[in-house]
Amino acid sequence: MKRIHYSELEGRAGFYIALIVLGAIAGAGVLAAWYMEHYGHVVTGMTNQIVWGMPHVFAVFLIVAASGVLNVASIGSVFEKKPYKPLGRLSALMAMAVLAGGLAALVLDLGRPDRLVVAMTKYNFKSIFAWNIYLYNGFFGVVLLYLYVQMTRSWKIASYKKAAGTLAFVWRLILTTGTGSIFGWLVARQAYDLAIYAPMFIALSFSFGLALFLLMLVALYKSVERPLGHGLVNRMGRLLGVFVAAAAYFVAIQHLTNFYAAEHQGVENFLLFGGNVYSFLFWAGFVLAGTIIPFALLFSKSAKTSMKPVVIASALVVIGGLSLIYVIIIGGQAYPLVLFPGKEVSSSFFDGVVNPYTPSFPEIMLGLSGFAIAALLTVFAAKNLRLMPTSLADEDVDPHLVQKSAQVVELKKAA
Amino acid sequence: MSQGTPDKDHDAARRAFLRNAAAATVITLAPGVTLLTMGRAEAGIAKPSGPLDPKKRWGMLIDTTKCASGCDKCVAACKKENGWEAREGSPTDPQWIRKVDVKDPGTGFEMSLPVMCQHCEHPPCVDVCPTGASMKRADGIVLVNRHICIGCRYCMMACPYKARSFEHHEVEESDKAPWAPRGQGTVEACTMCVHRVDTGRIPACVEACDKGAMLFGDLNDANSDIAKRLAEYPSAQIRADLGTNPGVRYAQLP
Repeated sequence: MKRIHYSELEGRAGFYIALIVLGAIAGAGVLAAWYMEHYGHVVTGMTNQIVWGMPHVFAVFLIVAASGVLNVASIGSVFEKKPYKPLGRLSALMAMAVLAGGLAALVLDLGRPDRLVVAMTKYNFKSIFAWNIYLYNGFFGVVLLYLYVQMTRSWKIASYKKAAGTLAFVWRLILTTGTGSIFGWLVARQAYDLAIYAPMFIALSFSFGLALFLLMLVALYKSVERPLGHGLVNRMGRLLGVFVAAAAYFVAIQHLTNFYAAEHQGVENFLLFGGNVYSFLFWAGFVLAGTIIPFALLFSKSAKTSMKPVVIASALVVIGGLSLIYVIIIGGQAYPLVLFPGKEVSSSFFDGVVNPYTPSFPEIMLGLSGFAIAALLTVFAAKNLRLMPTSLADEDVDPHLVQKSAQVVELKKAA
Repeated sequence: MSQGTPDKDHDAARRAFLRNAAAATVITLAPGVTLLTMGRAEAGIAKPSGPLDPKKRWGMLIDTTKCASGCDKCVAACKKENGWEAREGSPTDPQWIRKVDVKDPGTGFEMSLPVMCQHCEHPPCVDVCPTGASMKRADGIVLVNRHICIGCRYCMMACPYKARSFEHHEVEESDKAPWAPRGQGTVEACTMCVHRVDTGRIPACVEACDKGAMLFGDLNDANSDIAKRLAEYPSAQIRADLGTNPGVRYAQLP
């Protein structure tokens, strides 16, 4: 195996075009936030019934995915898997960028974003939100340290790589637990109030994060024409397949558990079999596009010789993931709060009715800008820091990958 | 340090700067201080009679048998008292109190009752608020500190009673009552007319109910009318199963 060399992203025109396009989307998001803040949330689709909308769907997806992006680095330095080691720097940097994108969408949606300093100085420690502020800020600190340990020239400091990686790995598990508990600890609503939200979000983060990382990795390497091995991408793709299955398992248990209790059958029937946008997004978005098709693609024969199935599967996992988060956040609020179990209710405040929600353009832009900010920060950092190995060809990363590729070629010939 | 002319000039300039800065600070702060000291009197708000008594627990008893469907005098009184308005069918307008019509689909039995902030002993909104803007006073009244509410709406997700509203619109100056601060981008709810209660009066909704369906008082005072009624007749809390122990109780709740 050769020694891994890292270098900054090549190219000039492509880099600036990427900066301009991503910057424009991010800028549109900031404009949308200003518009919402100036005129009030009345210009969004959010109401007193659907209090969290599209920005939260994107923000929660990105925050959950961020810790999953870091897994790539953890698999290398904590679990000592050789092929993942060269990816550690990009993984750590991108994890911070994705979290920053998610947080930007989240805080710019606040009713009073100008009071962010209040959120940073006044804490109610019984609130998981308050803990999350520490966990998110701490994530930046811990992962920055982890990145430094990975990139330093000092052998002495570099020897702490596993320790720093372990700290970051444990931190990310706690962080996602905190994000899942935002919903798990909501006793009022029928769709939430389940302990499984925390581990489910961890499983989802594994699949969302790896999918985002694969998309970014392939896009960066293809755009600058650096060698990227089929064996490596295929191996990561198969891991993504395992994560997709694990996530689906947790989602299945969540719904089965809720369905079992008679008191929750109303909300489960509404979400899964209501013939509405939520049941469509659940079955067509999450189950079919986000789970079954990617799983089949990732373990297909063609995934062994081509990167296309892995890239398509990763994109589908992202779409399926956004669909699922939409069902969780919007669907959970669309179903009416139960004040009087078993009774029919009506009021001027929409008690007892399914709450409609139509996301507005500014909300969608604000959400999308989270993705753009994440990509912008990653590309900018890759251009200025030595994050990416000059070659990720299989023979440079791990000789075992080459052997496997050769076996596949032989098999193909034999066939 | 040398005593040369340039340093003296420098000191003089520094003194002038500090003098100006001090003057600017006084000019900036003076109106606020004046408002704080004089505003209360001008706004006609009586001063609270004393510090909060933690032995008290303010609450309400609503007799659903006396509450008529279609009567919304309590709602109208709250709107007038606290300056909020809800246009019919608007999903974004705030509603601090609402009339809910309840029907038992099995028996056909119908009833109507007002629902507002239930002023829980264990309020989920207070638990989840990241900044502590949602808070419970020593006497059990649950409020939003509008100065540190960041508008995250987590309390609205957490409230089992749908009692809170987010201010989606800019609030007209004419709609702002001095005792009920409201502002775009923050969350608001029933205050149990804390400004009245603190000066020995009863909440506006209770005062407005001419059917005698609403009773206000100290739940912890065994001699109060509300405590006596609660001791004598059956009453219930909405979603008592959640263990939030609301201060608002209902007689003859289904």
